[in-house]
Amino acid sequence: MTAISLLLATFVASAVEAVEAFTIVLALGVTRGWRSTLLGVAAALAVLAVIVAVLGPAVTSIPIGWLRVVVGGLLLVFGLQWLRKAILRAGGYKALHDEEATFREERAAAQAAPRADAGVDPYAFTVAFKGVLLEGLEVAFIVVTFGANHGSVPLAAAGALAAIVAVVVAGIALRAPLAAVPENTLKFAVGLLLTTFGTFWAAEGAGVDWPGGDAALLLLLAFYTAVALGLVRLISAQPTAAAS
Amino acid sequence: MRRLGSFAYDFVVGDDPLVAVLVVVAIAGAWLLQRSGVNAWWGVPAVVVAALALSIRRAARPHG
Repeated sequence: MTAISLLLATFVASAVEAVEAFTIVLALGVTRGWRSTLLGVAAALAVLAVIVAVLGPAVTSIPIGWLRVVVGGLLLVFGLQWLRKAILRAGGYKALHDEEATFREERAAAQAAPRADAGVDPYAFTVAFKGVLLEGLEVAFIVVTFGANHGSVPLAAAGALAAIVAVVVAGIALRAPLAAVPENTLKFAVGLLLTTFGTFWAAEGAGVDWPGGDAALLLLLAFYTAVALGLVRLISAQPTAAAS
Repeated sequence: MRRLGSFAYDFVVGDDPLVAVLVVVAIAGAWLLQRSGVNAWWGVPAVVVAALALSIRRAARPHG
């Protein structure tokens, strides 16, 4: 895996999660005020930084064969979960992500929640903390697994950080949820990437020699893309497809 | 502790544990075949596709 593909994979995966977290933070900030919201964001980012700082070296110290089996296997299961949801979403069996709708829902909930008289607003702090932590955990998982397999967690973290910065800058410029980001397509792509790399590393860890070496990654990606698109077509053709 | 375990399970495994089980079987199978001298590079992708198709079929089963 080249440094560029590592950066690209962590950038795309992190951008999707950052867009979702940004929508929650924006809804809270404009409704409940920015101070408590940003405190919640800062606390969540601190927890995520500790998780990556602790897990990164711990995972990297595992012998490479075991690392690839365990981390590749985990990544494969995790990636298949993403891909499964993306296929169901594209086929009409799961509701599509809609940042405008999420923003409206979060804002309505924030307006309805009771307010504290003074000091830190517990609602804004807690919801911002939880939102950023939950979305960020997926980013942390991807950073640690991709980074450990490549032998550079900091490089993977740099890709994730670049995505977060890009999303925040775009969000501040627009002052609106980033609804124009093709989130559902990106989630589909991330599911394919995670499944591809997970398969490659897990099988390699089990002792498999891939024909063509790293070039097998591209063939795997093409194969999984064709299968996933075929599954979307198959379930879209069913008469009872309905968003749930 | 139980909540943390439940969260970790949901986080990695998600809605369909059968997929995770099949992935473990696929990796173990590839390892066993490799130990017997067979380079079964096709094994894991084949099981992954079967697991995905099965899981999608179960989730998108026509209602009624």
